[in-house]
Order: sequence, then structure tokens, then C-alpha cells
Amino acid sequence: MWRGGAFARPAGAVPTGYPGFDRELPGGGWPLGALTEILGLCEGVGELQLVLPALAALTASGKRVVWLAPPHLPYAPALAASGVDLAHLVVVRAPGRRDALWAAEQVLRAGNCHALLAWLRDARYPELRRLAVAAGTSRAFVALFRRREAIATSSPACLRIALEPAGEGLCARILKRPGAPAAAPLRIAVKKPVHALGRTPFPLSAARDARTHRRLGLPVHA
Amino acid sequence: MLLEVEGSLRLAGGLEPLAARLRADIAAMGLAAQLAVAPTARAALWLARDGGGRTLEDLPLAVLDADAESLEFLRGIGISTLGGLLSLPREGLARRCGRRLLDDLDRALGKAPEPRAFFSPPPRFAAQIELPAEVTHAEGVLFAARRLLVQLEGLLAARQAGVRRFTLALLHRNAAPTAVEVDLASAAREAGRLGRLLGERLAVLGLARPVEAVRIEARDFEPMHGFTAGFFGDARAEAEGWARLVERLRVRLGDEAVYGLAFHPDHRPERAWRRVDADADAPAAPGDLGPRPLWLVEPPRRLGETGFELLAGPERIESGWWDGGDAKRDYFIARFEDSSLAWIYREAGEWFLHGLFA
Repeated sequence: MWRGGAFARPAGAVPTGYPGFDRELPGGGWPLGALTEILGLCEGVGELQLVLPALAALTASGKRVVWLAPPHLPYAPALAASGVDLAHLVVVRAPGRRDALWAAEQVLRAGNCHALLAWLRDARYPELRRLAVAAGTSRAFVALFRRREAIATSSPACLRIALEPAGEGLCARILKRPGAPAAAPLRIAVKKPVHALGRTPFPLSAARDARTHRRLGLPVHA
Repeated sequence: MLLEVEGSLRLAGGLEPLAARLRADIAAMGLAAQLAVAPTARAALWLARDGGGRTLEDLPLAVLDADAESLEFLRGIGISTLGGLLSLPREGLARRCGRRLLDDLDRALGKAPEPRAFFSPPPRFAAQIELPAEVTHAEGVLFAARRLLVQLEGLLAARQAGVRRFTLALLHRNAAPTAVEVDLASAAREAGRLGRLLGERLAVLGLARPVEAVRIEARDFEPMHGFTAGFFGDARAEAEGWARLVERLRVRLGDEAVYGLAFHPDHRPERAWRRVDADADAPAAPGDLGPRPLWLVEPPRRLGETGFELLAGPERIESGWWDGGDAKRDYFIARFEDSSLAWIYREAGEWFLHGLFA
């Protein structure tokens, strides 16, 4: 008997690295062989931190990860510091939306990549549908990063997650998932750089000084 | 062209299948050929000259490499076929027409040996096809180019080699030829794969003017050997599949479009990384740097004095006076009004956005 509260069984999943989040996802992690949409309010809220633990686990076991048409330069030192093995990470630049879509299909059909992160500008429904079909033929974790405006449009993605900044962490709302709809937004404690710095937050008076004085008596990296 | 086929009959499954394959390959190259089979090379040559299918005795004298004077003499005494020629007394024939004609006959009949040097294919390839009419669409060019690629494949197979790059030249009526370079990720020789790459390349390029003829050139052959497939998964096949994917992406998106990332020992953030070939080995990770953003904004974007709040910092980076890329910067972590976290720096009294903690 099928109960309404049960998840549909996906082909497989790779743990996200955030146990509380895993429990809300079908299969206990990012679904493989299905399209996942991640919709961010703006860049720099921690949207990459959400997928990095999964990427680190994949690359550590020698699986290949492709970044398709990223909007900025993926920064190698930061990626390595997050545990991603750079030897298994490949960046593909695509000048236009059609080229990016073509490249995504090629990567997914070739079947030798285990994760594809794609940034498609203004993708239309038929294009997303093609991408979802291509994702279905692969066994890869396929994440499509889109602007927040896309929430209102319909999408063939199997999993849709909207992100908002929430204090020191990240607030994820699961808009769509196979199985029962998710009730409440989740708070996810992604790594923020202020923790990594290991210092107290910058005092306001010093901030004012930094704006006025060009030189501060500080240690110099040279 | 002479082929020694007796040793290959079992492999090909008999003479008829072998002949059918030969005909198909020759047709794919856009050539016409006359096939003939005989126990000796010279007999096969003569049969092919006549059109094949008959016995040696019925062949006209025209197939011989004899001089015009001898042929005239033989026609004068009423000899019109090889059979008639063979029935003549040998001594008389040798005296009248020279020893060479007699030797040729002996070789054709297998009475005398006829050693031949094996053909060794040249180490480069260049071939051209005139198109039946001027072509303005890529499919037409591709169709003709495929015929040349089949020839190239044959040459490469004979040399046990592959190519990493080849050039397609499109010849126009009143203009300089257009050259289309195709680079491959790994050495290859299959006409199908080369044709697909060429198709992607032509689809992007578009034809500016009508094409009269196409020409394919390839050099710098690389040795390429067969491989045995693994029984339990195949790491080599997997690597080859990946190489082909990279190659397809590069052909359409450009060589620079597919790359891997690696560190570079430099304190300046924009120089602390390098593009490397996809799947190249990365050098060891550097020690603990400060907090670094996952997105680097290149070039740095100038900011106003307001609109952000400084959270942590500064980290001073002062480097590069020796190579002209002088940097004297104080880096801060800042939060913007839309609560995104950014890596910004102050240099010469101005604020710049250099990264996003995504």
C-alpha cells in the first residue's frame, strides 16, 4: 500500500553532508539521475556551500565533477580548502545559453561525470525539460542554479530548493520533491567565512578607521 | 593496386565477402574500380585491365605491356588473344618479339617468380575532391569530406597510426581557401569520429561563400595500437570516453572553454590559481590561507563607500612589485544589504569587490 507520506524511490542519492537536510530529501541526499534546481535570492548567500560537501565526497572517491558556465571564476584555493580534489573538477565555459544546454547534454549523455553544476541564464521550459530528460539518462547529481525569479515559473525538475540567508546560516525551502510536500523551511548551518577566520567580528570603530586611514599597522603577507 | 588475399581469405570469410567489402570501401572513397582475382599478380593485373571475369586465354593482346611493333606483328600473323600467343613456339616468339614478352607470359602463368616490393604508405595525407556543383551548406561539404576521411582512415590503418589534428580546406572560385583546423584530444583514425567532429566544427563556422572543392590534409601521424578490452570494467575505455567528450566540447566551444583548476604559489588572489588541462594532476595544496571566497570576481568591481558592513579583517596582501602586477591591498569580509557575503579590498583609497562567499 502506498502511503501519501512516503517518498518516491529515486535511482540513488549522494549525501549532502547536512544530516538534517538529508532527512528531508528522497533517498537521503541529492538525487542521482534527476534534475535538481537551486534557486538563490542572490549570489553569495552560501549556495555553493550547500553542495560542496557532496562534491568533496565525490571528488575524494575519484568521481568527476563538471561546472558548466559558472557566472564567476570558481576559486581554486577556496575549493581545495573545502576538501574538493581539484584533479577531478572540470570547468566548461559556454558563451551562449544554447551552447551551455548542448554542453550539458553532451556531458550527461557521455556518462562519465558524476556531478554537473550548471548555471543557465533565462532557461525556458522546453530547454529545462530536455535537460531533465538528459539527467534521467545519466547517473549524475545534476544541479541547476537559477535566480530567485524562477520560483514562480513551472519546472520539470525533480527537486526544487529556494535559498534565503538566515543569520549565520541558510534557510532552505523545499518547493518540490518526489513524495509529500515539505512543511517548514529548514535552517542549514553552512560554513561561513567569519568562522573560518577565527576572529571576533570586526569592531565598528576599526571599520571606520579602515575607511579613513590607508595604512594600518598590520602583519603583511608578502 | 595488387593485393595478396590468399592469406586473408579465412579471416574475411571467403573470396566473395572480401570482394564485397573491397567494393564497398572503394565506393565510400568515391572511386571506381575493376576487381579481378588470379593465382599470380600479373594474371590478375591483365584480367583487371580487360574487365575481369574471363580466362587468361580469352584476353585480347591489348592487356600486354608489349611495344607497338610486336603487337602489330602479332596482329599481322592472325594472333588476337593470349591463348593464340601461348600456342606459338617459344623460340620463335623470343626471336621476333624479344625475351621480355616471354618472361611476362611465364610470370602470368606462374612459371617464373615475380617478386614485388611491398607498398609502404606515405607519412602524410593530402587529398582533394571536386564537388559536382558549388555547395553552400555544411552538409554538402561534410558529405564530400567524409569520403576523404575514409581514405585517411585507410592510410592510417596501414601505418598503424592516428592523427591528433587535421585540416579541411574549402576551396572557393575566386577567393583564397578557407582552412578549418580540427584538433583531437587523443590520436584517432576512425572516419566516423573525425566526421562527427568536423560536422560540429562546420556547424559553428557556417559557410561564407560557395565551396567548389574540399581538401583534407593531415601530417604528424602518431603511432596507435589496438587495445584489448577489459573484462571487469575498463579504466582505459573510461578515460578514452572522457577524452572524446572533452574533444567534442572543445571543437564547439573553443580550446579555452574546457579546463581544470590548480593552485599557483602567489599571494595575490587573482594569481593564486591556474588553468590546467582537464584531468591534469594538481600540485599540492598550499598551507592555510585566510578565508577565501568560492567565487572570484574578475576583474574586481569598484564599489561605493556605502552599501556594505565590514565583518572581519583586514588581511593585508602586499606583493608583486617585481613583475608589474603590484598589489597593496587590505582585504575585508563584508556583508551587503541583501545579506550576501563578499570579499572586498581597499587599495589606494577605493573599495573593490573581489569575491563572493557563495
